[in-house]
Amino acid sequence: MDDIRIENENRREFIKAGLGLTLGLYLAPRLAFSGTPGGVHAGTVLEPNAFVRIGTDNTVTVISKHLEMGEGTYTGLSTLVAEELDAAWAQVRVEGAPADVTRYANLFLGAQLTGGSSAIANSFEQMRRAGATARAMLVSAAAQRWQVPVDSITVHQGVVTHAHSGRHATFGELAEAASRLPVPDNVALKDPKQFEYIGKRFPRKDTHDKINGSAIYTQDVKLPNMLVAVVAHPPLFGARLKSFDAQRAKAIRGVVDVVAIPTGVAVLAPDFWSAKKGRDALSVEWDESDAFRLSTSEIFAQYRELAGKPGALARNDGNAEQAIAQAAKRLEAEYEFPYLAHASMEPLNCVVRLGADGCEIWNGEQSQTGDQHAVAAVLGIKPEQVKIKMLYAGGSYGRRANPHSDYVVEAVQIAKAIQGRAPVKMVWTREDDMRAGYYRPMYLHRIAGGLDGQGNLVAWQQRIVGQSIMSGTAMEPRMVKNGIDATSVEGAHNLPYAVPNIAVDLHSPRLQVPVQWWRSVGSSHTAYSTETFLDEAAYAAGRDPVEFRRALLNKHPRHLGVLELVARKSGWGQPLAPGKAGEKRGRGVALHKSFNTYVAQVAEVTVRPGGRYSVDRVVCAVDCGVAVNPDVIHAQMEGGIGFGLSAALYGQITLHDGQVEQSSFPDYPVVRMNEMPRVEVYIVESQEKPTGVGEPGVPPIAPAVANALFAATGQRLRKLPLRLA
Amino acid sequence: MLKLNVNGKVHQVDVEPDMPLLWVLRDTIGYTGTKYGCGVGACGACTVHLNGVPVRACQTPVSSAIGHQVVTVEGLRDHVARAVQAAWEKLDVVQCGYCQSGQIMSAVALLSHNRAPTDADIDNAMSGNICRCDTYSRIRAAIHEAAKNLA
Repeated sequence: MDDIRIENENRREFIKAGLGLTLGLYLAPRLAFSGTPGGVHAGTVLEPNAFVRIGTDNTVTVISKHLEMGEGTYTGLSTLVAEELDAAWAQVRVEGAPADVTRYANLFLGAQLTGGSSAIANSFEQMRRAGATARAMLVSAAAQRWQVPVDSITVHQGVVTHAHSGRHATFGELAEAASRLPVPDNVALKDPKQFEYIGKRFPRKDTHDKINGSAIYTQDVKLPNMLVAVVAHPPLFGARLKSFDAQRAKAIRGVVDVVAIPTGVAVLAPDFWSAKKGRDALSVEWDESDAFRLSTSEIFAQYRELAGKPGALARNDGNAEQAIAQAAKRLEAEYEFPYLAHASMEPLNCVVRLGADGCEIWNGEQSQTGDQHAVAAVLGIKPEQVKIKMLYAGGSYGRRANPHSDYVVEAVQIAKAIQGRAPVKMVWTREDDMRAGYYRPMYLHRIAGGLDGQGNLVAWQQRIVGQSIMSGTAMEPRMVKNGIDATSVEGAHNLPYAVPNIAVDLHSPRLQVPVQWWRSVGSSHTAYSTETFLDEAAYAAGRDPVEFRRALLNKHPRHLGVLELVARKSGWGQPLAPGKAGEKRGRGVALHKSFNTYVAQVAEVTVRPGGRYSVDRVVCAVDCGVAVNPDVIHAQMEGGIGFGLSAALYGQITLHDGQVEQSSFPDYPVVRMNEMPRVEVYIVESQEKPTGVGEPGVPPIAPAVANALFAATGQRLRKLPLRLA
Repeated sequence: MLKLNVNGKVHQVDVEPDMPLLWVLRDTIGYTGTKYGCGVGACGACTVHLNGVPVRACQTPVSSAIGHQVVTVEGLRDHVARAVQAAWEKLDVVQCGYCQSGQIMSAVALLSHNRAPTDADIDNAMSGNICRCDTYSRIRAAIHEAAKNLA
């Protein structure tokens, strides 16, 4: 099963590295299965850890347990290894790790999984230690070779030096000797003052291949004799296949097979276009007797009814109800959040090859352990017989880590339906991808607040209604407690502001519409309701929104830190440059912590006659602890702002009698070049442990824009996407 | 058999004439740098050059490319393309990277006939290319950077 080669891969990628420090003689076929998980490679001399390999050709290969889907993990993890190894940046390459939870578990999550903005946070010590261990062995090898004390040797930029005698050697020259030494147990890590990589900008490791077309995504995999499968899915959630007629599909040139699978009918051909023509020519009858048939307005009506009753309590400080009843001024607001699609640029796809001893998968793989178990269950094999080659993912925003392994299992079902006669690349069209569900759930929030006679916020009562993401998944036992799915209330139940009476409760209705985490998960809605409501409270109290927040954050220095920084950098308090005649301008602030990272943003908007508006400038302050690679952090804030802005301006999946009304970018618009604001990012200097940056840039942008629109127009928008009257 | 000139090389392809150029490039010939994003010409991921003009390969029947020069990201060679790729590298534009072939093809086409594009020119030329990672600010900066180096 090893060394299955992809036909169209770049042959230069097969580099013989010779005897190496960790894995000895090896081939580095980036797209082939490199070695058996947990096993030993042929010619291996020594394997001090699973993350670093140094070849006699002087390459340092970092093995990434995390998916590179754009968020910069390959670069960040390389930074950590290079730091402690004192490698030269140019000699460091990255390879995706095989699926093996015994070596490559996410230390925060216990499974091999890229998610929760945790890649750098959970790997920070692990990858540094991996680099430091390799460095110690290279130094020992040099000390033995030169017969000098270990502590007389220095390492800098990939060169090991004994200054006193003027001798030096490259990593490659020492790798073989080092590979025969015992692996040290407890190597010392650098003091942060000695950092040469961490905190500085180094270029991304994936840029080169992504600007010349050579980077391989799942969509690009071509195996010998591979068939492409396009699937006809039911038009409604909960509908099932009743019958189909393949005659017209089979008449399409190229179509070689049409098979029923549990989720529909798959049409197979050697290329996508023929398979899609075949799929479109199919006649299929669906059993819609158990199908979901509600429309968006009906779902909201049900949610509104639920919102009239108390839910499961997620937080209860003081007595919010009583405090509101006694408040000098009362505020109430109701918020509507639609379903949202991830809409990654690479529509979902997966390549599967069945063999006598298991199954191989090529995928932009975000959830190895979960997918191994799901696939093993389908095939009646052991999870470790499911081998996964992790490729680049063309975006994900959470979607590729499906808690039910939906699309991976579908691809496996197709391979199984043709008895593994050929490798299968399942390709969803854009429309398939957008209509398949697994959306960010719809939510309805209600917040009531009370101010005392001095304008102090004394009460906050929030009710949230929406589907649970975690119920029915393997994560339910950990994430759902006492009827509270932590991801439904995160960002609301931990509101940082000093309000003496706070109650947050939750209803989790069950619907057939499949839901899933979407970049920033619960914070994608809770940041909106809490930060716009707080803004309303500030105005009701006659106070400046920044000053109002500041006064409530005495016990939260890191929240306060990003708030002060963003206020200073945005010129908060100074007048905005006026717009043209007839235009109104406004500025709004929002602040939110998610995934232990603190982000504050100030948005500036211009509203034109008729209600069209643009977001012109966004200033962003972020505190994510130690800034491992500041440029990647900047990029993630820029990207998070754009992603959140797409949802704020346009994002909504709606249902009509159960049917998804959107299908592609013309009816599910996203931000384009001409709508992207100028973004400025400022990082708070910190010695705290690093935290994630993939998601936390998203939550504050929608409320910052909404607060800016209020400042410009006096309109409070409580329904997403944001449309002015 | 149809004869198709891609990146300066003539390929004989046995496909239906209505097959979109995108799938001939990707599945028949094997130039996978050109990406499928939507299939309806709305995202720009499949942008290639037809006689130097940017077109959406998903909306271009292969028959209409016969007798013309098709250039994909793999075939970029001239100094404009090199300047664009160098700027992309210098500013670390990419995130997931899936749309970037199309972005680069649109940017090269823009700079090939306009050596000093304004922000409005960039908006016009690039707004057909979606990036869900929202690398737009860096794309804009990289186009200006490439223009500076080409001046």
